[in-house]
Amino acid sequence: MTLRMPKITVWRAIFAAIMLSGLYATYLRIFYGLGGSTNLSDRFPWGIWIGFDILCGVGLAAGGFTLVAIVHIFAVERYKPILRPAILTAFLGYTLVVVGLLFDLGRPERLWHPLVMWNPHSVMFEVAWCVTLYSTVLFLEFLPVVFEKFGWHRPMEWIHRISVPLMIVGVLLSTLHQSSLGTLFLIVPEKLYPLWYSPLLPLLFYISAIGVGLAMTIFESWHSSRAFGRALELPLLASMARVLAVLMSVYLWIRVLDMTHRQVWGLLARNRIETWLFALEIALMVIPTILLYRAPIRLNPHSLYFCSVMIVLGFVANRLNVGITGLEAGSGTHYIPKWSEVAVTLAICAAGFAVFRIVGQYFPIFETHSPEGPEQIGAAGNLPASSLAVDVPATMP
Amino acid sequence: MPKAILYDSTLCIGCRACEGACAERWGLPYNDKIANEERISAHKLTTIEVHGDKFVRRLCMNCLQPACVSVCPVGALEKTALGPVTYDSEKCMGCRYCMQACPFQVPSYEWSSRLPRMRKCDMCYDRQSHGKPTACAEACPVGATKNGDRDALVAEARQRIAERPDQYYHRVYGLSEAGGTSVLYLSAVPFEQIGFRTNVPEEPLPMLTWRVLELLPDVVSTGSVLLGGIWWITNRRAEVAKNDGRRR
Repeated sequence: MTLRMPKITVWRAIFAAIMLSGLYATYLRIFYGLGGSTNLSDRFPWGIWIGFDILCGVGLAAGGFTLVAIVHIFAVERYKPILRPAILTAFLGYTLVVVGLLFDLGRPERLWHPLVMWNPHSVMFEVAWCVTLYSTVLFLEFLPVVFEKFGWHRPMEWIHRISVPLMIVGVLLSTLHQSSLGTLFLIVPEKLYPLWYSPLLPLLFYISAIGVGLAMTIFESWHSSRAFGRALELPLLASMARVLAVLMSVYLWIRVLDMTHRQVWGLLARNRIETWLFALEIALMVIPTILLYRAPIRLNPHSLYFCSVMIVLGFVANRLNVGITGLEAGSGTHYIPKWSEVAVTLAICAAGFAVFRIVGQYFPIFETHSPEGPEQIGAAGNLPASSLAVDVPATMP
Repeated sequence: MPKAILYDSTLCIGCRACEGACAERWGLPYNDKIANEERISAHKLTTIEVHGDKFVRRLCMNCLQPACVSVCPVGALEKTALGPVTYDSEKCMGCRYCMQACPFQVPSYEWSSRLPRMRKCDMCYDRQSHGKPTACAEACPVGATKNGDRDALVAEARQRIAERPDQYYHRVYGLSEAGGTSVLYLSAVPFEQIGFRTNVPEEPLPMLTWRVLELLPDVVSTGSVLLGGIWWITNRRAEVAKNDGRRR
C-alpha cells in the first residue's frame, strides 16, 4: 500500500490553519491558564466560550430533539429522511459543547462534580444534569446507525424496545435545558441590558432553539447535498420552512408583547451600541421570516438556504447579545475576545464540520433514494424497512 | 444571631489598616504597590476606594440570601448561620457563575493560575466562629469598621443617622439591597456618588431563578403525559391506517 499526499485544496488549507492555531491556543490555555488565553476578567467572567460555544452550540444542536418530536411523537413520517442527519448534528453538537466547556472551566478535570455535589437551586446544576443525560440519549439515538453499519441485529432490537421512552425523555430534557440557558441570565437583572433582560428569557430561549433547530436542519441538508452529491429534499425542506416561518413569527410576536409590557421600546431611541446590535439581531430574524412566507422563496434552494443562514445568524446574534454584549455596560467594562479564544472556537466548529463529513461518508446517515436501499436493510435484519436512527416498535410490520 | 459588619464612610480616614490585616489573615502579600490597587482582586479581598475626599471600603457583602450560593452548581459556596458566606475550593470546578451572578461584582478569580480558585472575603468565618471579631474590625483604629450582631448594628446605624442627621445621607446601604446584606454602609453622600450600584433589586436574587426552577417537576410530569399521549394517539392512527390497508 502506498501512502499518497492528500490533495491540497483551499478549504483543506484553511482547515489546517484553523486547527493549528486552535492547537497553539490550547497549549496557551493549558500552560498559561485562563489569564494567558482569554481576555476575561473579574468584571467579565464569561466570554465567547460560554456565549458562543455553549449558548449557541446547544441551540444549534436543537434540530435533533425537534425532528425526533416531529417524526416520532407527532408521527409526521415524511420528515424521516432528514432525521438521522439532525440527530448526528445534535450528537456532534453536544460533544463539542462539552469540549468547549473543558476549555472554559477553570478546573476542567472537575467536570463531573455537579453529578455528585448537588445544588438543586442552581440553574447551572440543572443544565449540567440535563446536558449529561441528553448527550447519553443522543448517543443511544445514534447507536442504531452504528449497529446498522456493522449489521448487529440483536442490540438493534434492544434499542428499539426502549426507543419510545428514550425519545420522550430526550424531548423533555431538551425542553428543560434549552429554556434553562435563558434562566441562567434571570439572576443578572441589574447587569443585562433591558432590551434583553426579560422574565420570559426561558420561554424565548426555548422557542428560538426550536426555530434554529429547523433552520440548522435546512442549512445542514443543503451542505450535505453538495458535499455528498445527493439530491436536496426540497419539498420536504420547503414545508419545514413554512413551520419555521410560523414559529419565528410567534417568537417575534412574543418579543413584541414582552417589550411592550416591560415598556422598553423607548430605549431604541438611544444611540447606543446595544440599540444597533438589537436592530441587527431582529433584522436577521424578521427578514427571513417574512421572506419564507413566499412560496417561490421556499422552493428555491438558494433563497431557502439564504433564509435559514440568516435565521441561524439572528439566533447567534441573540445569544451573543444576551451572553456577552448586553452585559458589558452593566458590568462596567468592555470585552473583546483574545485571538486564542476565537481560535479555539473556530477549531471546535471546524472539527464539527470535519467529523460530520467523515461520519456522513462512512455511516448510513442519509437515506438512499433508490428503492433497494432500505429493502436490503429490512431483509437483512428483519427490521423495519425505514432505516431510522430511532424507530418505534409499533411501526414494525 | 447572625453577624455583620457596619462600615461608616464618614469615620474612615483611609489608613488601609483593614487591607493589611485582611492580607495577613489570608496569608496574601501586602506592600505599597498592592496598597495602591483600588479594586478587589484574587490577591486583595478588601480595598479602600478614594472618591474625592471620601473613602469607601469594598469587601464581600456576604448577602443574607446570596446569589452566588444559589447559582453554584456544586454547592461550593455556603451561607452559614453565623452570617459569613464561605467557599470550598475543593468542590469548585471554575464555572464562574458566582462571579456573573454577584450584583456587587465581588468574587475574583485566580486567572493566571493553572489550578485557579475563586477568592472573596468570608467575613473571617474562622475568627468569628471562635468569638473573635473580623481582622479588619480589630485593625480599624477609628471604629469605621465595626463587627457585631446584625440587628444591633442596624439599630446603631439608624441611631447614628438620627443623632447627626446633617452628617449622613439618610439611608443604610445593605439593609434591603439584594434582600439585605451582612455588610452595612453609612455615608455622607448618596451612595451612587461613591461608586455603589443603586439599581440592585430589593428582592432576594435567588428568587428570580428559583421561580422558574421550581416549575421543573410540573414541566416534566405534564410533558411526559402530553408527549406520551400524543405518541399514543398518532401511533393509534398509524395502526388503524395499516389495518385498513390490510382489509382492502
